[in-house]
Amino acid sequence: MAEFFQMGGYAAFVWPSYALTMLVLWLNWYLPRKQHEKELRLLKRRRKAEKQ
Amino acid sequence: MFLWFHKLGSPPHFYRIAGKWIPWLSWIFLALLLAGLYGGLILAPPDYQQGESYRIIFVHVPSAWMSLFIYVVMAFCGIVIIVWRMKLAEVVLISSAPIGASFTFLALVTGSLWGKPMWGTYWVWDARLTSELILLFLYLGVIGLHNAIEDKRVAARAVAILALVGVVNIPIIHYSVEWWHSLHQGASLSKFDKPSMPPSMYVPILIMALAFQVYYVLALFHKCRVELLQRERNSKWVGEL
Amino acid sequence: MTPARKKRLALILLMVVGVAVGVGFALKSLDENIMFFFTPTEVMAGKAPKNKLFRMGGMVVDGSVSRPGDGLTVQFDLTDNEKQVTVRYAGILPDLFREGQGIIANGKLDDKGDFIAQEVLAKHDENYMPPELAGMHKSEDAQAEDPY
Repeated sequence: MAEFFQMGGYAAFVWPSYALTMLVLWLNWYLPRKQHEKELRLLKRRRKAEKQ
Repeated sequence: MFLWFHKLGSPPHFYRIAGKWIPWLSWIFLALLLAGLYGGLILAPPDYQQGESYRIIFVHVPSAWMSLFIYVVMAFCGIVIIVWRMKLAEVVLISSAPIGASFTFLALVTGSLWGKPMWGTYWVWDARLTSELILLFLYLGVIGLHNAIEDKRVAARAVAILALVGVVNIPIIHYSVEWWHSLHQGASLSKFDKPSMPPSMYVPILIMALAFQVYYVLALFHKCRVELLQRERNSKWVGEL
Repeated sequence: MTPARKKRLALILLMVVGVAVGVGFALKSLDENIMFFFTPTEVMAGKAPKNKLFRMGGMVVDGSVSRPGDGLTVQFDLTDNEKQVTVRYAGILPDLFREGQGIIANGKLDDKGDFIAQEVLAKHDENYMPPELAGMHKSEDAQAEDPY
C-alpha cells in the first residue's frame, strides 16, 4: 500500500496531477450548480415581490 | 431530424431535457471515472523506461483531447451562430469556453509535471507546448470578449468570429509533433495505426477519455441551464418554473 | 438555405481560409525558430547557428557515455544514424537519460567541433510497455540479429 502511494519515487509528480484534475473537474461541476440554485431563489423572491 | 433539432433549439425545451439528463450523466461519469482510475492506477503495469511516472498520461492525454474537441464544438457553434442566429448555439458556445479552458489548463500542468522528471524540465518553447498554450489564450480570449460586451447577442456574434478564426490552431497543435522537430513525442494512439502501447495501458486511457467526454456534456448542461435562466429571466417559460 | 445564409457561410469560409493561409505563411517564415532542434547531420553540414545557443537532438550512441576527468562532466556521442557529434555536459541528467535514448542538448559548438551542452533534455518516444515485455522484445531482437 505504501509502495502504491510512493509511485516509484514519482509521488510528487503523479499525485498532484490527479489531485488537480479532480479539483478542476469538481469546480466546473459545483459552481454552476450553486449558481443555478441562486438563480432559482432570485426568481422566487421576484415572484413574491410581484404578487404583493 | 431537422424538426428535432429545431425543437431542441428552443430554450425551455432544452432546459427541461438537460435537467432530465443530468442525473444519468452524473452516474455514468462517476462509474467511468472510477473504472478509468482503477485501470490506470492499479491494473496498468509500470512502463519499462518511465516507471510509475507515466501514470500521469491517464489524465493528461484525455484532457488534451478534450481541449481540442471542445474548441471544435465551439467553432461549430460559431458557424451556426453566424449563419442561422440560433440562440442555443450561443449558449453552448459560451458555456463550453470555461470547460475547454479547464481541460487545456489541466493538459498543460499535468504535462509539465510529467516533463520535469522525464524530460528534465517543466517547460520548453516547443511547437506542441506553445500551440497548446495559444489554445488556452484563445479560450480565455473568448471568455474575456464575451464579458466585455454588454449585449449578449452582439457578444455571441463577436465570440463566434474569434472561435472560428482560432480554429486554425487546432490542426497546428495536432500536427506540430510531425511538422517540426519537437521535444514532445508523437501520438501513441491514433485511429489508423496499431497503438504503440499494450491494451493494459491504452484501455484505461480510452475509458478516461470517455469519462471526460461524458463529463463535458454534464458540465455543459449545468452551465447552459444557468446561462439560459440568466438570459431569459423575463420570458414566460422562466416565470412558470 | 436562404441566400443571406449562404452568403454568411461563404464569408465564414473565406475568413477561415484567409487566416489559415496567413498563419501558414507566418509559420513558414518562422520555421527556423520553431524548429526545436537540429540533427547532428545538419550540425555537421554547418546549418546550425554559429556563436549562438542552439539545440541538437539525436540518439545517445551505445557505449559512448563516459566521465572523463573529474567525474562531473559526462561525455557521449549523439547520432542521427548518419553523423555523430561528441557532446560534453556538466550537470544533472534527466531520469530518462541512457544509452540508445533520444535526447536534446542545448549549447554551443567549441573550436574542435564538440558540442558543449548547458542543458540536456530526454526525448521520450511514443512507445510504452511493461518492463517484462520490454525484456522479451530485447531477446527477440537479439534472436533476429543472431539466427544461429
